[in-house]
Parts: sequence; structure tokens; C-alpha cells
Amino acid sequence: MNIWLVMLIGGLITFGLRFSLIYLFGRFEVPETMRRALHYVPPAVLSAIIVPELLIRDGSVSLSLENIRLLAGIIAIITAWVSRNTLLTILTGMAALLIIGWL
Amino acid sequence: MNESQKAFLDGVRAEIPLLIGVFPFGMIYGALALNAGLSVFASQMMSSIVFAGSAQFITAQLVQDSAPGFVIILTIAVVNLRHMLYSASLAPYLKHLSTKWKFLLSYLLTDEAYAPTALHYEEKGVTSNGHWFLLGAGISLWTIWQVSTALGIFLGARIPEELPLDFALPLTFIAMLVPILKKRPMIAAALSAGTTALLAYSLPFKLGLILAALVGIIVGTVLERRIFPKGML
Repeated sequence: MNIWLVMLIGGLITFGLRFSLIYLFGRFEVPETMRRALHYVPPAVLSAIIVPELLIRDGSVSLSLENIRLLAGIIAIITAWVSRNTLLTILTGMAALLIIGWL
Repeated sequence: MNESQKAFLDGVRAEIPLLIGVFPFGMIYGALALNAGLSVFASQMMSSIVFAGSAQFITAQLVQDSAPGFVIILTIAVVNLRHMLYSASLAPYLKHLSTKWKFLLSYLLTDEAYAPTALHYEEKGVTSNGHWFLLGAGISLWTIWQVSTALGIFLGARIPEELPLDFALPLTFIAMLVPILKKRPMIAAALSAGTTALLAYSLPFKLGLILAALVGIIVGTVLERRIFPKGML
């Protein structure tokens, strides 16, 4: 199959998935439970992205002190908890990664 | 400055830290796509036609492995299934918009545009200018994605190893997640999703992410019912 056709269909499907419920919501009454459930999408998705980023190294779970991304991540989590400041959290986490990696 | 412009700029501002993390990925994608045998034009255009980071990476890989077209298309569909969750999550806030707006915003609805926007909406509720926030976040991400793809195509992925810019992405997500973990159901949703993501990590096509998100959503919703029975909220 032509790569352009593949990209076009792939792009249309991607768009369709993104458009699907934004479009349908305006047309149907959404059940209350579903509405409540949607509030949990952000914490669930964010956590599902973050945890493997910090803990999976080279394809397996790494809980050791050698895992500098985990250590820097924990420092960032503490910074975020205390400061509630996005920029400070990123800078501290990045600095922690560089410093621990350098040590 | 009117309210719409202000919301747009807020969206751009919220997106900036994510842009730093996305930039190296765009460059790596550009270099990888070219390497996989895609033409310069096709490599660049995929970033606007498909406009979905992980799906583009996998497509480049599959093209290199000479996978059949329908396999690539099916893979893109499965990898991007999670966007349906984002679509559902933002839908209540975009309900009042015209179809044209819904089209444009849906096209821009990537992981990185979704995250800051969802949190913004959770905090502000439904507002008449809220869609401008997503537009600001989405357009700035789109622009950086195109530019970084082009740089990757023409320069190769020249990011110094000592500068782990990609770590800016999980760090930004941490900065977003931690402040919303106030009530017990929220914390439980995050913990259960994180644990599931680890357990299901070996599943292909980002299915682990979807499974983890669903587990987190169910745990949060069930706990909320227990702690705050119907009528209390």
C-alpha cells in the first residue's frame, strides 16, 4: 500500500478517535456516573504515564539507587508537593537528574 | 487584551514546559523516519497528517520493517485509542462549540495538549472562553512538532546525551499530577493507575496505558461513591 494512503487513513482514524466523543457529547444526555468517572481521567492518565517513565529502565522495573530518573522523580514529586509550582518542580527535577548523574 | 486572547496565552504558557520535552522527540522522529526510508516530504507531512508522536515512531519502525499497510493502519488506530478517553474527558467543556471548532480542537488533541487543558478545565469548570486555552496549547505544540521534525530531518537527532531534555516531559506531568491529589479517590485513582501501568508495561501498542487509565478511573469513581454517597456532592 502507498505510504501516503497509509498516512492519510491513519491520520483520519486518529482524528476520528479524538473527535468521536467531543462530537457525540453534544447530542446525547450523558449518564451521571460517566460524568463523575471522567474527572478521574487526568490523574489516572498522568500517573500511568509518569510511573513507567520513572521505574522502567531498559525494559524492566528498576527500584535501585542506580535508577537516577527514579531518584530525580522522587525529588520532583516532593518539590511539587511542597511548592505546587510547575517551573520550580521541573527545574529541581532536571537539576537533580544532572547532579545525581554527575556524582 | 480580551478574555479569549488571555485564555489563548494561558494555554500557550501552560504548554511551554511540555514543548521543551517534546522538542527532542520531534527531532528523533524526523531523523528516524528518514532513516526508515520515508522521503523528506513524507517524513515531514506525517507530523501534520497523523500528528501523534508515539504512532509516528511506530509507523516509521513498521515502514522500515516493510510491514503491510493495513498492519500499520491498525497499529496507529490501537496506539491512538487513548485519545478517545481524552475526547470524552474534554467533551463536557466543549459541548457548546460549533462543529468547526470541534473539528479544529479535535485535530489538536494530543497527550501534551490534553494534560494541561484537562487540569485547567477541572479547576475553572465550563467557561465561554475555555476553548481558547486548548487552542493555545494545541497550536503551540503543533508548531513545535513541525519545527522539531524538520530539524530532525535536516540535522539528524543532534541532542547531546548529557542533556536529558526528554525528562522535562515526565517532570511536567509530575508538576501537574501532584497538586490535584487532594481527595482520597483522586489519590487512589493515581496509585492504582500507576501500579497497573507497571504491571501491564509489557503489553504492546500502549494498551498498558489504556488499561491503567481505565483501572484508575474505575477505582476513583467507585471510591467516590463510597465516601460521598449520592446527593452529597
